[in-house]
Amino acid sequence: MEGHSTYQPKGKVAQWFESRLPIVGLIHSSGIAYPVPKNLNYLWTFGAILSFMLVVQIVSGIVLAMHYAAYAPVAFARVEHIMRDVSYGWMIRYIHANGASMFFIAVYIHMFRGMYYGSYKAPREVLWILGVIIYLLMMATAFMGYVLPWGQMSFWGATVITNLFSAIPVVGGVIVEWLWGGYSVGNPTLNRFFSLHYLLPFMIAGVVGLHIWALHHVGQNNPDGIDIKDIHKDTVPFTPYATLKDLLGIVVFLLFFSWFLFYAPNYMGHPDNYIPANPLSTPAHIVPEWYFLPFYAILRSIPDKLGGVLAMFAAIAVLAFLPWLDTSRVRSAKYRPMFKVFFWVFAVVAVGLGYLGAMPAEGGYVIVSRIFTVYYFLHFLVILPVLGLVEHPKPLPASIADAVLAKHANGGATVVAGASAPETK
Amino acid sequence: MTIRRILFGAAAALLVSTQMAATPAVAAGGEQPIPARLSWSFSGPFGTFDRGQIQRGFKVFKEVCAACHGAEFFAFRNLAQPGGPEFSEEQAKQVASEYQIHDGPNDAGDMFDRPGRLSDHWPSPFPNSNAARAANGGALPPDLSVIAKARASHVGFPGFILDAFTQYQEAGPDYLYALLTGYRDPPADVNVQPGLHYNLYFPGHQIAMPNPLSDGQVEYTDGAAQTVSQYAEDVSAFLMWLAEPHLEARKRIGFQVMIFLIVFIGLLYYTKKKVWSNIAH
Repeated sequence: MEGHSTYQPKGKVAQWFESRLPIVGLIHSSGIAYPVPKNLNYLWTFGAILSFMLVVQIVSGIVLAMHYAAYAPVAFARVEHIMRDVSYGWMIRYIHANGASMFFIAVYIHMFRGMYYGSYKAPREVLWILGVIIYLLMMATAFMGYVLPWGQMSFWGATVITNLFSAIPVVGGVIVEWLWGGYSVGNPTLNRFFSLHYLLPFMIAGVVGLHIWALHHVGQNNPDGIDIKDIHKDTVPFTPYATLKDLLGIVVFLLFFSWFLFYAPNYMGHPDNYIPANPLSTPAHIVPEWYFLPFYAILRSIPDKLGGVLAMFAAIAVLAFLPWLDTSRVRSAKYRPMFKVFFWVFAVVAVGLGYLGAMPAEGGYVIVSRIFTVYYFLHFLVILPVLGLVEHPKPLPASIADAVLAKHANGGATVVAGASAPETK
Repeated sequence: MTIRRILFGAAAALLVSTQMAATPAVAAGGEQPIPARLSWSFSGPFGTFDRGQIQRGFKVFKEVCAACHGAEFFAFRNLAQPGGPEFSEEQAKQVASEYQIHDGPNDAGDMFDRPGRLSDHWPSPFPNSNAARAANGGALPPDLSVIAKARASHVGFPGFILDAFTQYQEAGPDYLYALLTGYRDPPADVNVQPGLHYNLYFPGHQIAMPNPLSDGQVEYTDGAAQTVSQYAEDVSAFLMWLAEPHLEARKRIGFQVMIFLIVFIGLLYYTKKKVWSNIAH
């Protein structure tokens, strides 16, 4: 994307440096001049919120690692040492533990925003797939991080999840032993999980760099889902407009974060994780962290172990194919009356699966889980492809500037007559 | 609007299905009642521990619980630290010196016993878990360091959502109080196994720990009632402090952070508004 201005170094030293490494120009073009659609709403601040949360998690994690020891006989005690004896250790640990939940809350809002406004459609397919990769890496990181306090849920969660790989025919058993570094979850498992938990966030940071690069190459989507026609009429420079708005979003998010961090720090955790890991005693209900629950519900809803594992991974993998499964040429749900309804039904089903994942796998819960699991795949594999063919989208505004004008003229979000037909690909 | 009807239909189906699903789970999860929610001095955004209460709770812990339960993360110095029972340093030293700590080796290579110091941790009543099991009919008394955060009862929908707004974090002490006051004669149709005891709130109702408290068992010098209910409340509050010794600092700093963030949000909001004022968006 061409910016409003291009950076011209004025000083001699700046000119000398810029001709050798144009990094100041890069910062200027992507952080200051980068054109941002005028009509973005606050849902678009979640990209900045997520970048901020990644930094929070890495910084708090590095400090925690200075006081922690990934050795099974002492891991639980080291975490308690941080909570009791390290200066403000309780705050650092609660930031990190609740920060993981906040990270997922933000990423789910970010993903649902992308789905609602069709942000995955051309030319943003690669941007979207990079996002799915980040999400996968986040899940791996969070899962391994939850094992480190070495409480009962750490141990048994790790046992259940690593055992999933045993469903793979022929080599499953070998793979699981290789993951564990032994014949059950034990000290070697804890040790390697700590190592990988330290590594993966930096891989996330790398993919985030690609994600932002792709974003800045194709430009942001917007609530009207239409392309930028005229940079001067449709966009504003990133600084100060988007930077201030993003900062406001971040600070409001911090207020929400602080509510849990300071007043209900164990709300999102499981009490059983304050019981030291005990291989001889299985908890009554093994539940993963809340952000995995929809996939856990899908896993358990399939009566066959391999089938369940495949369904669970397919539920995530299907996201990567979303740009091609959605056949509609219109991006934003604002102009897609039928899609809008199905989007909200899907959102209810996804949250419902999360609730069912926390419930015991028995009786009516299993039946509802199965219905919801079928609907989850139906949404991607049948509803979205068909919807694009049968739906009659509303007329799109001619440009972002027109959409903004129409909004102000009518005091609402409706679009004036004379708007253009749905754009072609 | 057919589309609207589909949406409402789906929502109604969801509600009905979760209602139906909820019934068998309650039956299968055991019939122990959900503990009553007590009003604790340390609940809510401005909560602090009642010094008198956790000092009394410590006495109950020391004279009753500690006979069988360890507390490996509990150091004697904690007794004198801010935000806790806040005994004087002299009192904490006095408590420590009442215990013999196994230490060594000394210069001659021998292990020895010496009186406890502030830096020592609470000594375990048993040398190892096998000894603890042998002395308790095969059951292992759990360590009490973080027990108040390791116990809770299942709340379910929609209670757990409300708890996020009310900052309910006292499920642990509520459960401990309910358990300690929950010993009853077993109903006629319940066959309590030998060595176990009937408790209303324990999962499965059969607990290895005999009723530990009786009226007048621990002497209080501050005029508080010497009843099982009072003991149970005091020791539950003490165990909450033991599990979360920086609770007061957390809530105090939290309030400062909230005030800062709210003011900062106000300033940012008006700055952003001013900057965007000449842009239609």
